[in-house]
Amino acid sequence: MQALTSKAKPVGRKPMTFWEKLYIPAIAKGMAITFKHIFRKKPTINYPEKTRPFSPVFRGVQVLNRDEEGRERCTACGLCAVACPAEAITMEAAERLPGEENLYREEKYAVKYEINMLRCIFCGLCEEACPKDAVYLSETMVPSNYNRKTFVYSKQELLIPNPLTDPEAFAKAKGARPEKTL
Amino acid sequence: MHVFLSLDWFLLIEKAILISIIIGISLIVAMYETWAERKVAAVIQDRRGPNRAGPGGIFQPLADGLKLFMKEEIVPNLSNKFLFILGPGIAMLTAMMTSAVVPWAGNIHAFGRDIPLQVADVNIGILYIFGVVSMGVYGVMIGGWASNNKFSLLAAIRGASQIISYELAMGLTLIAVLMLTGSLSLRTIVEQQLDHKYYVFYQPVGFIIFLVCAFAECNRTPFDLSEAESELNMGYHQEYSSMKLGFYLFAEYVNMFISSAVMATVFWGGYDIPFLNDAKFGQEHGQNLLAGLELLCLFLKIAFFIFFFIWVRWTIPRFRYDQLMNLGWKALIPLAILNMLVTGFVILFH
Repeated sequence: MQALTSKAKPVGRKPMTFWEKLYIPAIAKGMAITFKHIFRKKPTINYPEKTRPFSPVFRGVQVLNRDEEGRERCTACGLCAVACPAEAITMEAAERLPGEENLYREEKYAVKYEINMLRCIFCGLCEEACPKDAVYLSETMVPSNYNRKTFVYSKQELLIPNPLTDPEAFAKAKGARPEKTL
Repeated sequence: MHVFLSLDWFLLIEKAILISIIIGISLIVAMYETWAERKVAAVIQDRRGPNRAGPGGIFQPLADGLKLFMKEEIVPNLSNKFLFILGPGIAMLTAMMTSAVVPWAGNIHAFGRDIPLQVADVNIGILYIFGVVSMGVYGVMIGGWASNNKFSLLAAIRGASQIISYELAMGLTLIAVLMLTGSLSLRTIVEQQLDHKYYVFYQPVGFIIFLVCAFAECNRTPFDLSEAESELNMGYHQEYSSMKLGFYLFAEYVNMFISSAVMATVFWGGYDIPFLNDAKFGQEHGQNLLAGLELLCLFLKIAFFIFFFIWVRWTIPRFRYDQLMNLGWKALIPLAILNMLVTGFVILFH
């Protein structure tokens, strides 16, 4: 029969020699190999204690951003919701009242801002669509839960900590993300 | 009344305490063998192994035991209920009974008595071990048959024929050793080896055959045909759950412990401390310290053999059934007979 490739290897069918029949040399060789592996460096990373750094383009759970004075950047324009291919984002807009200038950056803000993390595909299009650098994808993963309802993240869950009242948590949440050029 | 009073009560109490200690130690050792098995398997495969429960995972066996206790007890409807429950009990009992004749160390001196660290110094020690070990197959056989499962039955039959085949070779190697020792008592055998005259140097072939047979008797890889998880779905204990399964698994580890002890005792000088004159050390530093060191030494030897058992398990794949039988009947038994004859000739003309 014509061989289809040159890669075929013939199977050795010859009976074992006496030396092979003894088994012991082969077993000793095998045991030497396994013994060597005892001292090998283990490739496992002890996960909760040690984590590997994410790549810079990693897209995790969304964060609603604040500016350096702690004001919410979101103006509830709805571009993110339009851009979202999974239709995971809903929001309600409201007008800023006098005296709320320290809370919201512009005259309009989002009273309600929800992302359904079960629908979200973490594509990052909301971040790309946002003209105010108000929403971006962080390096955190969505933790598991027993209850579906808990996966609809409210504005309170999405907002980054206030840099004025809690600068440490803000810095931690912000991470090494560079400012988006608007 | 007279018989009752003339009983040596101290002896009874001493033996009862010793038995409970030995059974306790056997169980603890078996527990940590499961831990060691997983740990050694892990490092051999470049993994880390259990390391969450306690430092280095040392509480893992406790968690495993608790899990087994908590599991639902399932007794198959069509099984023979009595034998189904009896099976794991026999496996455990026979595994434990073997420990009775193993001398763990020399005498200790306490409460004005010389207490030998051995439950029973019977003068047929090795025969007793053989008798009990061959009963061990009943645990496998009864469990496999009573489950009313074809896989279990096949595995039990395989296990029984395997153990019977390998017992022959094991017995024949021991005959060669017995020709050297002239005694069946394990204590006498150890005492003859005290000055580093280990029988492994006189019987190297015998030791290797014995080692191979010990693997077969313990149902350990490469001879774990009665378990054979890839072909017979865990074999004879497929239908078992909860602590009945635990008993079977534990019995295997206790068997490993005891057969390591027997190998160390018969071939590697038992509790003899290497590179040390035991008798002289005993006179200089006291009998109790010597006994403690001897115990430690025996346990180190046992630990090595247990490690060896585990090491082999994670190196060698399982034998096929015909290979197993060929090895047993066509290689080990002729070799053992030859070994016996050569030993006999050497003793006769030496």
